[in-house]
Amino acid sequence: MDNSISRDAAWREEIRKSMSPKDRMAIERVKMTEVEPNIRNKSYIEVNQGLTAEQALLEAKRCLDCPNPACMTGCPVEINIPTFIKNIERGEILEAARVIKNTSTLPAVCGRVCPQEKQCESKCIHTKTGKPAVAIGYLERFTADYERNSGKMAIPEVAPANGKKVAVVGSGPAGLTCAGEMAKLGYDVTVFEALHEIGGVLKYGIPEFRLPNSIVEVEIDNLRKMGVKFEPDFIVGKTATMNELREEGFKAFFVASGAGLPRFMGIPGENAIGIMSSNEYLTRVNLMHAADQEFDTPVFFGKNVVVVGGGNTAMDSVRTAKRLGADHVYLVYRRSMDEMPARKEEIKHAQEEGIEFMLLHNPIEYIADEKGHVKQVILQVMELGEPDERGRRSPVAVEGKTVTLDTDMVVVSVGVSPNPLIPNAHPDLKTTQKGTLEATDELQTTVEDVFAGGDIVRGGATVILAMGDGRKAAANMHKYLQSK
Amino acid sequence: MNLIVAKEHFSENVVMLEIEAPRIAKSRRAGHFVIVRVGEKGERIPLTIAGSNLEKGTITLVAQRVGVSSSKLTDLNVGDYVTDVVGPLGQATKIEKQEGAVLCCGGGVGVAPLLPIIQAHKAAGNRVISVLAARTKDLIILEDEVRKSSDEVIIMTDDGSYGEKGVVTVGMEKAIESEKISEAVVIGPPIMMKFAALCTKKYNVPTVVSLNTVMVDGTGMCGACRVTVGGKTKFVCVDGPEFDAHQVDFDEMLKRMGGYKAQEAEAFERYKACK
Ligand SMILES: Cc1cc2nc3c(=O)[nH]c(=O)nc-3n(C[C@H](O)[C@H](O)[C@H](O)COP(=O)(O)OP(=O)(O)OC[C@H]3O[C@@H](n4cnc5c(N)ncnc54)[C@H](O)[C@@H]3O)c2cc1C
Ligand SMILES: Cc1cc2nc3c(=O)[nH]c(=O)nc-3n(C[C@H](O)[C@H](O)[C@H](O)COP(=O)(O)OP(=O)(O)OC[C@H]3O[C@@H](n4cnc5c(N)ncnc54)[C@H](O)[C@@H]3O)c2cc1C
Ligand code: SF4
Ligand code: FES
Repeated sequence: MDNSISRDAAWREEIRKSMSPKDRMAIERVKMTEVEPNIRNKSYIEVNQGLTAEQALLEAKRCLDCPNPACMTGCPVEINIPTFIKNIERGEILEAARVIKNTSTLPAVCGRVCPQEKQCESKCIHTKTGKPAVAIGYLERFTADYERNSGKMAIPEVAPANGKKVAVVGSGPAGLTCAGEMAKLGYDVTVFEALHEIGGVLKYGIPEFRLPNSIVEVEIDNLRKMGVKFEPDFIVGKTATMNELREEGFKAFFVASGAGLPRFMGIPGENAIGIMSSNEYLTRVNLMHAADQEFDTPVFFGKNVVVVGGGNTAMDSVRTAKRLGADHVYLVYRRSMDEMPARKEEIKHAQEEGIEFMLLHNPIEYIADEKGHVKQVILQVMELGEPDERGRRSPVAVEGKTVTLDTDMVVVSVGVSPNPLIPNAHPDLKTTQKGTLEATDELQTTVEDVFAGGDIVRGGATVILAMGDGRKAAANMHKYLQSK
Repeated sequence: MNLIVAKEHFSENVVMLEIEAPRIAKSRRAGHFVIVRVGEKGERIPLTIAGSNLEKGTITLVAQRVGVSSSKLTDLNVGDYVTDVVGPLGQATKIEKQEGAVLCCGGGVGVAPLLPIIQAHKAAGNRVISVLAARTKDLIILEDEVRKSSDEVIIMTDDGSYGEKGVVTVGMEKAIESEKISEAVVIGPPIMMKFAALCTKKYNVPTVVSLNTVMVDGTGMCGACRVTVGGKTKFVCVDGPEFDAHQVDFDEMLKRMGGYKAQEAEAFERYKACK
C-alpha cells in the first residue's frame, strides 16, 4: 500500500478525481446516531453511538481535500485532517488512524470531547458557503474506534531503554501523553497520581455517557505495555518532594497536575448542606460510583436541582442529575446562550434531555431549612450590557428583579483554579498571578529540570491542548536531557 | 495496597492499626492525616496519623467504628491489605516553644491524633498538661503513651468511673486556673471542640482545634470539607485540619457533618445485616 501522506500522491489524486467537488458539496452532513433522549436520560449509556462504516465513508467524501486545508489551522495540534479523511475514503482506516496519531495521542478521547465547532470544523471551507462543516470530530472518533475494535491497535515502537528515569506528575491527558512520548524515546517513565485511579479529569470529571471509562483504560493499558509505570495514591510534594525523587534518580519532571480547585461564589448560605462544587458531585458519581448502592460513598439524589454555570462541567452536572432521577434540573447561567462556553453538542443534548435553562439569572443567596439543608435559591435577573474589550457582552443586574426557586440540591460550577499543592511544596517553581505555573514556550518552568503543561499552566483549558502540551514538553525534555 | 502489620483493640470500638507505608512514615509530621480506602467499592475516609516507625516503614492509625467505612477498616486483620493509603495530607501542627504550659485536650478517639502533638510539644521543651476525656473508663485510650510525654495528666469521665467526674471543660478550667497556659490544643468530637473553644475563649487562651469534616479527595479538589473560619470559607484538607478554635463556625460545621446521616445510617444497617 502507498502510505504517502502527500497530497500529490497518486492514490490521493485518484480519490480526489473520483468525484467532483460539486457532488461532494451536495452530500448532506452525516447525523450522529444518538440514543433517544428519554431513554438516555435515565441511563449511563454513551449518548453518541458513533458512525457506521457507510456513514463514515459518505462523510469522508464531503471533504474536498483542499490544497490549503483551513481545518488544520483550527486544530491546536495540526492533525493532518485531509490525509486522514481521504484514507477513510479509500478504505484504509488503520492508515487513517496512523496519520492522526502522528500528532495526536488520544484520538478516541478527542474525537468525543473536543470543541470541534470552535476548532477544525469552524474553519472548514464548507462553512464559507453556508454549509455545515465536514464532521471531522465524528470521523476522528470513527477512526480511533475502528482501530481499537480491530484488535490491530498498534502499540508504538519503543526505543531501546536508555536507563534514564523521568517522572510525570498527574495522569490527565497532558501527563499520559508526555509519558507515552518519553517511553517511545526509551526513557524509564513513572507517572505519579494523587488519586487512586489513573486518568485525571477523563476519569473523575467527564461522565460515562460522554466518554466511557473503558476507552481511557485502553490508552492506559497501552502505556503500560510500553513500559510506563503508574504510582497511584502518590502526591508529589506530600508523599515525596521532587528533591527526594531527584535523589532517587529522576532526571526530569513533567508537572501536569491540572486545575482541580473548585471556585465558589462567596454568597450567603453557600455552605448549606446540599450545595457542592461540580467537582465534588462528579467525583462522587464518576470516581466513587456513589449512585451505585454497591459502593460506599453517598451522594444526594436531588429532586429539584440547580446547577450554576455554563461550561462543560455544568452541562455534565445537569445531565448527571437528570440521570440520577431529578424531576427538575435547572441550569442557571448569568449570560445568554451565545456566550455559553460549553460544547454546542452538549448544550443540544442537555436541552433534548429536558434540562430547564434559566439564562440571564445569577444566584445571590441560598436559604436553608432548620437542619441546614438548602431549600431555596434567590436568583438575580440579569441583562446583557455593553460589550467588554473582547467584545463579549457582560451581564449586569436588573435592579430589584429577583426570582426565588425551590431546590434541594445545588451544584456550583463556576470555574476552577490551579492546584497550589505543587508550587507550595516547591517554592522555587514560580507561579503567575492566577496561580498557574510559569513556563516558557518550551514549557520549561523556572526550575531547569521541571517542565509543565496542561491546565496547571493554562488554567482550565481543553483535553487537546493538554495533550499537545504533553507532546511538546516531552520533545523539549528529551532535548534538555540529551544536552546534559 | 498497604499491609497491616499489627492490630490492637484499645476499646470495643477503637482499633489501632499499624500499616506499611514507608514514604508516608518518612514525610509525615504531627497533625498530618491520610485518606484510606478499603476495597474497590470503598469510600475514601480521612484518618489522622497517630505515629510512625521509620525503621519498619509503618504508620499507625487509630480508628473508631462509627459507620460502614470505619468498620470495614477496623474489621481488617494483620496480614490484610488496605486498598489505598494516601498522604500525608493537611498542614502539620505548628509547634513553638511557649512561655507557659500547653494544654492538650483529647476527647474519645481524638486522643489518638492528639498524641503526636503532645509528643512534639514535649520534644520542643514545652510544659505539657494533657486532659483526656471520655464517657466512661473503658473509652480512655493511650493513657500510658500520653503520660510519657506529659508533665501532668487530668482524666475526666462523664460517669466518674475513672479520674474525675465531669466533661472535658471542667478539667480544662482547672488547669487554666492553676497556671499560665500559653496555648490549648483540642481534638475530639465536634461538639466537644465547640464547648472547649467557648471555654478557652472566656479565658483568652489561644486555641487550636483539628476539624474532622466530611471529605472526598483530601487534596483540595472537591470542597466537601469546607468550613467557615473567621467569616471565610476554608478547605479543611488543605488549609487545615487545624484552625484557630475561636474563629471556627462550629454550628455550620456540625450541620454539614450531618449532611449524609440518613444515607450513612441506612448503609450501616445493610453492612451489619450482611456480616
Ligand atoms: C467535568 C469536566 C468536563 C470537561 N469537558 C471537556 C470537554 O468536553 N472537552 C475538553 O476539551 N475539555 C473538557 N474539560 C477540560 C479538560 O478535561 C481539561 O482541560 C484537561 O483534563 C486538563 O488536563 P491535564 O492533564 O492538564 O489535567 P487533569 O486532567 O486535571 O489531570 C491532573 C491530574 O493530576 C493529579 N494531581 C494533581 N496534583 C498532583 C500531585 N501533586 N501529585 C500527583 N498527582 C497530582 C490530579 O489528581 C489529576 O488526576 C472538562 C473538564 C471537566 C472538569
Ligand atoms: C482530618 C480528619 C482526621 C480524622 N482522624 C480520625 C482518626 O484518627 N480516627 C478516627 O476514628 N476518625 C477520624 N476522623 C473521622 C473519620 O474520618 C470518620 O469517622 C469516618 O469518615 C466515618 O466513616 P464511616 O463510613 O465509618 O461513618 P459514616 O457512615 O460516614 O458516619 C457514621 C456516623 O458517624 C458520624 N460521623 C461521620 N464522620 C464523622 C467525623 N468526622 N467525626 C465524628 N463523627 C462522624 C456521622 O454523622 C454518622 O452519624 C477524622 C476525620 C478528619 C476529617
Ligand atoms: S477544510 Fe473541510 S473540506 Fe477542506 S480539507 Fe479540511 S475538512 Fe476537508
Ligand atoms: S476533601 Fe475535597 S477539597 Fe477537601
